[in-house]
Amino acid sequence: MNPPVATPFFFYLLAATMIIGGILVITRKNAVHSALALITTLLAQAGLYLMLYAPFVAGVQIILYAGGIMVLFLFVIMLISIERAQKERQFNKQWLIGIVAAAALGGLFIAVYTTTTKGRVLFPEGRMSYGESDNTQRIATLLFDLHSGTYMFAFEIASLLLLVAIIGAVVMAKKRI
Amino acid sequence: MHEFIQYILSYLGNETQTPGAAGNIFWATVYILLVFVGLSVAVICMNWLERKILAHMQVRLGPMRVGPHGLLQPIADALKLLLKEDIIPAEADAIVFWVAPFIVVLAAFTVFVVVPFGPTHAITDMNIGILFMLGVSSLSVLGIVTAGWASNSHYPLIGALRSSAQMVSYEVAMGLAVVTAIMMTSLGTEGGTLSMIGIVQAQQAQGVWFIFKFFPLGLIAFAIFAIAMVAETNRAPFDLPEAESELTAGFHTEYSGFRWSLFFLAEYSAMIAVSSIAVTLWLGGWLRPFPNTLTGPTWDLVFSLFPGITFLFLAAMCFYSTARMPKHPLFRIQTIGLAGFGVVLAGIGLILFIPGVRVRIVDIFWFSAKVAGFMYLYIWYRGTFPRYRFDQLMKVGWKILLPTGLTLMILTAVVGMRAELWAQVQEVLHR
Repeated sequence: MNPPVATPFFFYLLAATMIIGGILVITRKNAVHSALALITTLLAQAGLYLMLYAPFVAGVQIILYAGGIMVLFLFVIMLISIERAQKERQFNKQWLIGIVAAAALGGLFIAVYTTTTKGRVLFPEGRMSYGESDNTQRIATLLFDLHSGTYMFAFEIASLLLLVAIIGAVVMAKKRI
Repeated sequence: MHEFIQYILSYLGNETQTPGAAGNIFWATVYILLVFVGLSVAVICMNWLERKILAHMQVRLGPMRVGPHGLLQPIADALKLLLKEDIIPAEADAIVFWVAPFIVVLAAFTVFVVVPFGPTHAITDMNIGILFMLGVSSLSVLGIVTAGWASNSHYPLIGALRSSAQMVSYEVAMGLAVVTAIMMTSLGTEGGTLSMIGIVQAQQAQGVWFIFKFFPLGLIAFAIFAIAMVAETNRAPFDLPEAESELTAGFHTEYSGFRWSLFFLAEYSAMIAVSSIAVTLWLGGWLRPFPNTLTGPTWDLVFSLFPGITFLFLAAMCFYSTARMPKHPLFRIQTIGLAGFGVVLAGIGLILFIPGVRVRIVDIFWFSAKVAGFMYLYIWYRGTFPRYRFDQLMKVGWKILLPTGLTLMILTAVVGMRAELWAQVQEVLHR
């Protein structure tokens, strides 16, 4: 197998981009700037998927989130009067719960990373070698294959859920159909 | 130094891999530069061709003053744009205004990483090739939307709103048409693929361009894509985001000089990019016409002579025009220049006849020729079709293209799997 192209440098670069982007999302007063920071974060996340040898997931991430959902976000945000939003005092009344939740999540990560069961760490030490060249085909087999496809039902149920949400949105938005 | 030369030479003679797949950074960089230069030249040519062809369609002459037949007009335009003052409106959001054109250009140029000009003539080949192209080109709408918003002015904002609604709508139909073509790749012995090179090789293996596969299913899918791609690139008759009669210039009203030229560059390279997707998916990519019926070394030779003949034909046109130039002394420099241009074209044509060059260049030529056909269609559309109204645009996208695309996808799946389906039916009947 070839040596990995993605060095730790890229991981730290992408992770730093994501964290800075995430902080900017919640600190910017201008909603459009927040949305742009969120797009940067999502693109960096696609880069992380590439590093995990999952090009298909990275491609879908770019198409759906950065190219689709965020465009609709911007579409709505652009119509907000920025002047009024700038003057409004920003408030955060749930900081206590937020800190508790963040601490719990962080604790969970550390626990997963350090816990050993029967002498084995839960978090695998070595790097698993996935085939980058047939990633798409493997996902398809995992989803749809007659014998080894175990996620078909969950996948279809999830898409049904989305369909219900779309129909609900249309029904709520329009009085007469 | 010696190792570096060895590294460069190690890729030469590699007839099966793209530089990206071989992991050769030097040649990948060379390819990137070649594609970048080629693309810029193509955009310059398109600028001139569009004005001339559109003018001739409207029984005008088009640019005639700068150089013979206006040949130097694009260069004059580029100079003018670079020298123009670059204005940022006082009330604009300066950072977003500054970044927006770069997002569009970046998205338009990055997609060329996977465009297959030939079996080895691509910068790299990805497992997710077509997905990558669609994804990155869908990012360009972000640049357009932010440009319109950051200008802080009414016309650009309306243009940006129209653009985002239009692009998101037509992306759906476009995606369905692409899925239809990708399903066709899985019918061969190799199994399905998303890689751009793999898609062309699947057409080669199945012996048919996908536009003719399961006639008329492939043709309809191609038609859906051909309509959606015009909408995706904001060109007439779908140019509502920059409708000049309604919105001045739409989302780039407030842009001037260099930044405006970036939008221009991005628009034309995006047109080339979507045309190359269409060529790759339905028109057999780099394959020459009739690779299966007209086989044998004789036909190979005949079709490999086309690039040289094309350039010689262009040179002949130049010499014909030279002979027809006015004989007035004021036109002497222009006449000499046109003759010189003809000589250069003829020289290129003669170089393309050398056997070593010929076999390497022929796939690039056929790919570019097919893309050029699409570029001509773009100009033709602009010359002939009136602009859609916004409600008509949405109606075409959601009520016609989308249901047709969905039906087509299901029909293709049924026709492609008919043997397996028939076996299942037989099994149920005999139970």
